[in-house]
Amino acid sequence: MREKATTLYIGPQHPGITGNMMVRLKIEGDTIVKATTEVGYLHRAFEKLQEKRNWLQSFTLMCRFCVPETDPMEELYARAVETIEGREVPERAKYIRVMVLELARLASFMLWYGGQNGSLGLYTMGQWSVGDRNYILDLFEELTGGRVYHMYIWPGGVRRDLPKGFEQKVLKTMDYLEKRLDDYDDLMFDNAIFKKRTKGVGIVDKETAIEHGVVGPVLRGCGIRSDIRIDDPYEVYDKLDFIVPTQEGADIWARALVRRQEARQSIRIIRQVIDMMPGGPVYNKIPNPQKWTLPKGDAYVRVESVRGEVGLYAASDGGLNPRRIHVRGAAYVHAITLLEDVLVGENIADVSAIMNSLGTCPPEIER
Amino acid sequence: MSFFDLKGTLKPLTALKQFGKKPHTISYPKESIEAAERYRGFHYNDLEECIGCGNCSTICQNKAIDMIKIEGIEGDKGDSGLRPRVDNGRCCWCALCVEVCPTGSLSLTRDYLYVSDDPDTFLFVPGVDNPEGKDNLSFTTSTEQSLNVFNRVPMPELEGMERVKSFAEVVLGYNEEMAREEASRCISCGLCTEVCPDHMHIPEYINAIATGNDEDAVRIIYDNNPLPEMCGKVCTRRCEDVCAIAVRGEAVAIRWLKRYATETAMTSDITKEIVNPEIKEPNGYKVSIVGAGPSGLTAGYYLALRGYDVTIYEANAKAGGMTMYGIPKYRFPIDSLDKQIEYIEKIGVKIKYNTKVGKDISFEKLYKESDAVFMGVGFPQPWTLGIDGEDAKGSMQAVNFLHMVNSGEKVDIGKKVAVIGGGNVAIDAARVSARLGAEVTILYRRRVQDMPADWEEIEGAEQEGIDIVPQTIPVKIHTDDKGKVKAIEYLMAEMVPDEKGGRPKPVAIEGSNKIMEVDSVMGAIGQQGDYSFLEGEYAEKIQVERGRFVVNENQQTTDPKVYAGGDAVNRTADAISAIADGFRACKAIDATLAGKKS
Repeated sequence: MREKATTLYIGPQHPGITGNMMVRLKIEGDTIVKATTEVGYLHRAFEKLQEKRNWLQSFTLMCRFCVPETDPMEELYARAVETIEGREVPERAKYIRVMVLELARLASFMLWYGGQNGSLGLYTMGQWSVGDRNYILDLFEELTGGRVYHMYIWPGGVRRDLPKGFEQKVLKTMDYLEKRLDDYDDLMFDNAIFKKRTKGVGIVDKETAIEHGVVGPVLRGCGIRSDIRIDDPYEVYDKLDFIVPTQEGADIWARALVRRQEARQSIRIIRQVIDMMPGGPVYNKIPNPQKWTLPKGDAYVRVESVRGEVGLYAASDGGLNPRRIHVRGAAYVHAITLLEDVLVGENIADVSAIMNSLGTCPPEIER
Repeated sequence: MSFFDLKGTLKPLTALKQFGKKPHTISYPKESIEAAERYRGFHYNDLEECIGCGNCSTICQNKAIDMIKIEGIEGDKGDSGLRPRVDNGRCCWCALCVEVCPTGSLSLTRDYLYVSDDPDTFLFVPGVDNPEGKDNLSFTTSTEQSLNVFNRVPMPELEGMERVKSFAEVVLGYNEEMAREEASRCISCGLCTEVCPDHMHIPEYINAIATGNDEDAVRIIYDNNPLPEMCGKVCTRRCEDVCAIAVRGEAVAIRWLKRYATETAMTSDITKEIVNPEIKEPNGYKVSIVGAGPSGLTAGYYLALRGYDVTIYEANAKAGGMTMYGIPKYRFPIDSLDKQIEYIEKIGVKIKYNTKVGKDISFEKLYKESDAVFMGVGFPQPWTLGIDGEDAKGSMQAVNFLHMVNSGEKVDIGKKVAVIGGGNVAIDAARVSARLGAEVTILYRRRVQDMPADWEEIEGAEQEGIDIVPQTIPVKIHTDDKGKVKAIEYLMAEMVPDEKGGRPKPVAIEGSNKIMEVDSVMGAIGQQGDYSFLEGEYAEKIQVERGRFVVNENQQTTDPKVYAGGDAVNRTADAISAIADGFRACKAIDATLAGKKS
């Protein structure tokens, strides 16, 4: 006998910990037969607000696009402005930027560790990783003055030079985190339950991935090597030695393995950057912000965020304010179109785990 | 997969080894976390350093900062008297306000914890509500880090010794690129407008220059100043003294920017085309103006625009008053003035040259024929030194000397000249003498830092090889048998502090007499008015006090039909004050006469 279909709403209050969005599920038993994603709970109209603010004021909004990983957004904006204006960035600032970006990536991985495991009931992991993330936030606080919203990477370079002895503190934290990642392995990757809950769940195969325009760890989890840091290197990534891991499994497990390796690569990059960091100024000063205009023109720049490629389009009409800022976030396709396909046939207990695994980030979807 | 994953079951249990470890968290409130040295916490504002420019409020993209009046803080020149108030419910701690604060008074502190059940207390005035914040500053902005541009675009000038070879203009003016760059330093706070006697719309025209709209700038400037090129070259520019950027850097070159804008209008025709003023239909009222100096020209220009029939009576052959005859041509070339006068005449102001009121035409006639009279008669009479030998040949008044040189007369000043005084007239006379080939010494009774002359003028004089001898009091001019100046005798002075708290006074040192051989002596210790043109009842009706006309806030004298402005009224004795007087008088005359009509 065919079971009667029921409608189940997940969200909009934080399903897992990805942010405010909703998935409307049609279920038969506990199997999903249709999924509809609904967003609109986090719309703050940043892109529009930026059109009413000058080029410097707009910069302070960028970090708010995606809360778990704020710095790639600042990086995008800074680089777009620099491209339109032809502004040079001092060499030291480029290294500091990469260090900040990788620290942010690492912090974001820590949140993911918590989220991914929390969605499967393994809360210990979240206690550990979010606690360890705080050590990175301490570093950010010391460097930028802010813990989550840094507003540090801005057009022309970075706002302040490293405080005295900061490099040593970073290295010390990296040593600590590296050890902790081994503890995480014991708890998570060697965990029979975690394996059972993730292997073969939330499959995104190559064809689906390409069809949807999927990026980042989700794409690499189905065997496609793609990373903006390698494909279209920015700042000083072309001078750094690191690998882009891939996995063939195409399921949550494969994507988790990709992230596990990437976190270690980030530590590797941070160590290199600190080792190679040149001296000199950190900021090519912009003119008086009240009168700062950019020449007419536009730019599209990309970074590799923890969710994958994020692009930003900025257009200037020669005036004081941006004419248009537009962000193409990784989370948009992952959380809206891809999720609807992936969820079909899955168990309702796995919805949160799949969302976490796909890197959905509602603040970034809506901006 | 095996049925039972032994490793996968046991490995997670290694988490047990974390038992007994010190946790990450602290137990608040027993312990608390000290914020980082650079932490962006609550604001603190040094109320003494803050000048209330409002740049923090302007940059705040959350509109979290407004400027309010604070009890106990009075506004002054260069201080609006307002202080920022922060709404911490809106603040996003981006600290851009700190980055753009021109004085560096605003900072963030390491304080981050605030608990209250009264939402109104989240609105607080940094520095007033948290005086203790001073000891806990974290995010501050040094001059190097600040987003203000503190260095002025240097003005190209002729070399010092190159200058004295001719009367060529010393200051060469900004080119377009330099002007844009200089204009873009302005933060549009408007402290300058407050202090400008004429309240010119400075931030607006600078903004027009910064955005490449030079013609708009000219139009804005002509809103309340019909002699802007003159001001752009020789204004005393009190605006620059109060520039917010000048607190930690060099003031925006407001004067040079005005000069740049007005110079883009190369002729009076182009000026007219750009300004394209609306000239009202003649209203039938007649206004007579005595003296075509800055105040008279200003009153005339704006009255003519309002439809009045304006006639200016000028004793000299050219208009401009002291700006024509008192300012040397290397500072203010004749073409530059002519262009502006031509434009004023083009819009309908009639100027009767070589017509001295009181001699060629009586004041009574003007008074009776006109609906209103404006007097911009200036201070034409120099003070004399009051020492022996002052009437000798070769002893002259600097103002007269400048008048003659500017009129194109030849003046024999010999090889060595002593100029007495420390004001702009003294410096002008000295620099003109140097251009006539003389070796010049300035004798001033106080110290160099006390000189009322413009510092740039003093520097310019020094660069041109002019010797300034401070703390000297002339006592006698020695003459030869033919009654010609031979030398000047002076006493050295010491500065004695003023008991009443005024500036120190020079007191002659007995027996310190020195004699310097010179061919000419020029006195430049000030001028006074000459009101002999007012006769009979007018001399009685129009009151003069301490050498100046008595006027009300509308420039109206004690005779309601007669208005006055310029040096004969105000103590500042500069062109921009005269222009302000003229503009004010115009508005008052218009209000009175237009009121009569309706």
